[in-house]
Amino acid sequence: MLILHCPCCGIDAAEIELAPGGEAHLKREGPGSSDAALETYLFTRDNPRGVVLERWRHAYGCGKWFLAARDSVTQEVYGTYAAQTHAPPQEIVDRITARHPGWTGAH
Amino acid sequence: MSDVMAPMADARSDGLISVEALPPQGQISLRCELSDDYRTKLGALLGLELPEPLGATREGDRALLWMARDELLLLLPYEQVPEMLERLGSTFEGWFIAITDVSDARAQFRLSGPHLRDVLAKVTPADMSPDAFTPGMVRRSRLAQVAAGYWLQSDTEAQVFVFRSVGEYAFQVLSLAAEPGGEVSYHEA
Amino acid sequence: MSTRLATGGRFTDRGKQIGFTFNGRRFTGFQGDTLASALLAGDQLLVGRSFKYHRPRGIVASGAEEPNALVGLGQGARFEPDQRATTTELFDGLVAESQNHWPSLAFDVGEINAKLARFLPAGFYYKTFLWPRAFWKHLYEPVIRRSAGLGKAPHPEVRDADRYEHFHVHTEVLVVGGGIAGLQAARNAARAGAQVLLIEETAHWGGRTPVDGGRIDGREPEAWVAETVAELEAMDNVRLRLRCMGAGVYDHGYVLGYERLTDHKPGAPGPRHRLWRIRARQVVTATGAIERPLSFAGNDVPGVMLASAMRDYVVNYGVAPGDRTVVVTNNDDAYRTAILLKKSGLDVPAILDARPMGGGALMQEARDLGIRVEPARGISKVLGGARVTGVAICDQAGGGSMLEEIACDAVAMSGGWSPVVHLWSHCGGKLTWDADGAFFRPDPSRAPTGADGKPFLIAAGSANGHLGLQEALACADGAGKAAVEALGRGFEESPVPRAETTEEAPLLPVWLMPQGARADLRMKAFLDYQNDVKVSDIQLAAREGYESVEHAKRYTTLGMATDQGKLSNINGLAILSDALGAPIPQTGTTTFRPPYTPISFGAIAGEARDAVFQPLRRTPMQDWHEASNAAWEIVGQWRRPYCYPRPGESRRAAVNREITATRESLGLLDASTLGKILVKGPDAGRFLDMMYTNMMSTLPVGKCRYGLMCNENGFLMDDGVVVRLSEDSWLCHTTSGGADHVHAHMEDWLQCEWWDWKVYTANLTEQYAQIAVVGPNARKLLEKLGGMDVSKEALPFMTWAEGTLADTPARVYRISFSGELSYEIAVPANRGRAFWGKLLDAGAEWNITPYGTEALHVMRAEKGFIMIGDESDGTVIPQDLGLHWAISKKKEDFLGKRAQQRPDMARGDRWQLVGLETLDGSVLPDGAYAIAPGKNANGQRNTQGRVTSTYYSPTLGKGIAMGLVIHGPDRMGEVISFTAEAQDETRDELTTVEAKIVSPVFFDPKGEKQDV
Repeated sequence: MLILHCPCCGIDAAEIELAPGGEAHLKREGPGSSDAALETYLFTRDNPRGVVLERWRHAYGCGKWFLAARDSVTQEVYGTYAAQTHAPPQEIVDRITARHPGWTGAH
Repeated sequence: MSDVMAPMADARSDGLISVEALPPQGQISLRCELSDDYRTKLGALLGLELPEPLGATREGDRALLWMARDELLLLLPYEQVPEMLERLGSTFEGWFIAITDVSDARAQFRLSGPHLRDVLAKVTPADMSPDAFTPGMVRRSRLAQVAAGYWLQSDTEAQVFVFRSVGEYAFQVLSLAAEPGGEVSYHEA
Repeated sequence: MSTRLATGGRFTDRGKQIGFTFNGRRFTGFQGDTLASALLAGDQLLVGRSFKYHRPRGIVASGAEEPNALVGLGQGARFEPDQRATTTELFDGLVAESQNHWPSLAFDVGEINAKLARFLPAGFYYKTFLWPRAFWKHLYEPVIRRSAGLGKAPHPEVRDADRYEHFHVHTEVLVVGGGIAGLQAARNAARAGAQVLLIEETAHWGGRTPVDGGRIDGREPEAWVAETVAELEAMDNVRLRLRCMGAGVYDHGYVLGYERLTDHKPGAPGPRHRLWRIRARQVVTATGAIERPLSFAGNDVPGVMLASAMRDYVVNYGVAPGDRTVVVTNNDDAYRTAILLKKSGLDVPAILDARPMGGGALMQEARDLGIRVEPARGISKVLGGARVTGVAICDQAGGGSMLEEIACDAVAMSGGWSPVVHLWSHCGGKLTWDADGAFFRPDPSRAPTGADGKPFLIAAGSANGHLGLQEALACADGAGKAAVEALGRGFEESPVPRAETTEEAPLLPVWLMPQGARADLRMKAFLDYQNDVKVSDIQLAAREGYESVEHAKRYTTLGMATDQGKLSNINGLAILSDALGAPIPQTGTTTFRPPYTPISFGAIAGEARDAVFQPLRRTPMQDWHEASNAAWEIVGQWRRPYCYPRPGESRRAAVNREITATRESLGLLDASTLGKILVKGPDAGRFLDMMYTNMMSTLPVGKCRYGLMCNENGFLMDDGVVVRLSEDSWLCHTTSGGADHVHAHMEDWLQCEWWDWKVYTANLTEQYAQIAVVGPNARKLLEKLGGMDVSKEALPFMTWAEGTLADTPARVYRISFSGELSYEIAVPANRGRAFWGKLLDAGAEWNITPYGTEALHVMRAEKGFIMIGDESDGTVIPQDLGLHWAISKKKEDFLGKRAQQRPDMARGDRWQLVGLETLDGSVLPDGAYAIAPGKNANGQRNTQGRVTSTYYSPTLGKGIAMGLVIHGPDRMGEVISFTAEAQDETRDELTTVEAKIVSPVFFDPKGEKQDV
């Protein structure tokens, strides 16, 4: 039962106020993309043991999506951040690499 | 107005707190950027301060509730809605804004009584303690299995809104949580 | 015998007698008794039969760890099985029955299993009941089910008489356990100003220190406890709860508390149990320690009890479990029991101390009282069956040769103590082996961590392995301070309470008594009382190769009963490690999982039962439907009228009547459940072009267009009519079940992919009541209501208009899901009920007929319209359904477009939509498969299609169906066979029904009726 800070409204939201949305920072592949790129986009997920960057929606609250950097083993939350980004902000990366030296991110 | 029937019209239960369904309530959803130019224009038109995040402002029979970073809920008398929609529409002509009448979309309840926080804590995971949830705040969360908004007006009074279709469910859940014998005496000193 | 002493009983009020029954026999106890103490006071030693061998079993403990004394409690709507007598507070009129016995407790047929014990070894079930497979259903399972199991489940027709609820709490510090450690930790945290919640599972503060003795700050423990509780109660920042157990610890400081409000006063107003859903920033677990049994032959005979439990019964309830008690121990603490019994005027014929040199000061005190102490001795076996009659004593070092028999009627045993590490372990806290105490204790360097990566749980007192009074207090004092430090709060230095207690000599780990016990003794030395696991079973499992503790646990069922191995865990582990020749820490321990002790299903469900089991969404016209005897169809959380049967009318007949009336004159449908999502903004058209497969940006203002929505995998997700309201706004209708999902889907793409597009959405589903007025007389009705021009010219098919109908503001859409002349009218929901009434009144002259979802389905199927969830199932693309016309070829992109180009989507042999007509006019079974020749690699019949919708059409007077068939559209007129109904798997031949492939549009294929 996680608690994630919603960066959009400032509430520390219990997991039952949230809806999960899977892996973050996927690059959409539309018409013209290769079959391999489409496969990666639609189906290939890292599901790492350790740092995950994931999408959450504050479904029962302000309704906004945000992203979270979480450790799937310890449930440590390195931070939550805006959904309108292509990578976690540096301060979150710093917190991750402090725990996982050499972490370079999922993509 | 005889054709107009609010959800759960006239429903009331009295237990650890009183739960009363409110008569039809004018509600206009405003979705726009809450930047200074929008705020100034809105404030001038409505005669209301703009609420802080998670807050609400009120003046007479009007109130403005913060719902999200790009969403406000204007409460006003039901019969004033058409005129207000006109005024909002003309004021924001050409602006990027969604002004939507949602007066009929929700069931609204007034909750009152000294056990208010304890009863709410039975149905919502949101922190109902006096330190975390102070009068004037609006918290959107769950009410048992449905989404709800809680507008705390004082330590013993709150307005709660849910989608209209689950008004009866919300009324039953709140009434059950307020049944005598279920005192928790946690938030009361 | 087991009796009530003349005096004593901290918890009991001898002025208040309480009557209760056990197996129909009347007993009396006192206010403050537990069911266990009252049974012992009545000399009821035998309380149940064991699970496997049906051995007679008595009360062995005094608290939550009790494995034997499980009873069925209450009657009728308040009956509950598997309740521990030791934690059941006595109340007047309590009715209890023993479990797992037949035909009676005293004479039990199943006891024959005990005689066959050597044929029922570890893994018996796995070894014996394997083959032949057919025997399972008719022989093995019924036999096992009858003889296994603990209590009876309540009768399925009986409804729980009580109510339950949840309570959400956010606190800075949660302290679990109200013994001296919990009290001291709570006090320190509270004095520092933190918000503190202290919960205690029993009805009393202080834990077991008032029983065990010693002094704290110069006072009796009881006085210190009372003072500390009084101080806490006076503080505004502290909340205290008795009868509230810490049940489980979860991620991010989430803790479940299980409060039992009326178990001790059934029928009292209010909820019976309350589940506390606690969010704590710091948790202190002061959950104490549990005494371990010793493993000797006959350690389960009624009258053998934990030494500490025996003290509890004497001190707390004034009950002596025996007149002559032999004490057997490997530590000093059990001497306290001997001394207490002696001082209470009871006989203690001997203390058998397995340690070669015996104990320390407490041993001396016992000797000074004249008690015979036998160092280096143990019990070879307990004499007696249904109750203890004596013990055979032996050298601990030997194989069990009897030295002497000592007559006695009770045995107090102590094998040392194990900290209650359950809550520490639930959320990942690791343990370390304490060789001196011979127990696992929390490893503070590997505590459970929270969202910030820092520990959020601190173990305190004996739960942390500090068994001595002074050590426990010091540990708890530090725990309270550490908790507030972790919160970033300061605290004032304060001294640790000073304890005075007798110093104890070291314990000697004893895992088997005697050390080299012969096989016949090991087969009677029980580890897990509830599941009848013996020392010999664990040894056998080890010999058979079960080296992992988790495997050995499941193979032998050690620790898998309702007590979850509270008594057996360490003893079993030690036997296993000995058999494997590996040290205990390397052997490891099994996983501790919540809840700590079983909690009621009612508490978990909370208020969610009966009328509020789940939300039932209501339309503005719901009360009319209810009053009109609607039969219901569940659609998501809505309940929509399926049809409106008249008195004496079948559902089938009602549906046919509704369809015929609509097609011939005028029907009325409550369509309020349809999703209505407003999409507005300068980029709304562009956005909808991405959301829908067809072009929405070009839809002229004032017009309606049917649209398909796919997910990125290309599969059909939802459909509905899109309405262009104005230059920059569209209203998207969705399916009834799909509104919330579609709205969330739109917001997802807007917020997370195209966040720079200027679009707002609003879910207006509940703002409007929507009513379909359908049939040849629909226009006449609206004209009669007046206020709008609804003529063919003013309001052509697939357009909309806004105005006032019957003095009601309305938006009227000329769309049709039935093939008839049809208007869907949206009015403000608050006016929906009144407007529905006006339509009914005004439509009477045309026999206006409200119809339900089944008529809706039949009429749409007659027209060949697809239904999301029938024709689509998450694996169907629009092309499969012949909906190419609704897929834009001009658009570069829309959600799902790329995926629809995958080879699998483009292959030629996908199942495609057709109509199906049986040759005999019958109705095809729903979901039936079309059979193809041959079998597949798994030996299953090949198929070539399936039925997706099937109805009786009263309009056409025959069965009609839609289905997906390989190359279907190219096979018009072909007859194929469908499976008729559920097939008997034992028979190979099929009952089939023949159907012809036809166009899915059965009725008015040119669409002339709807466009008039």
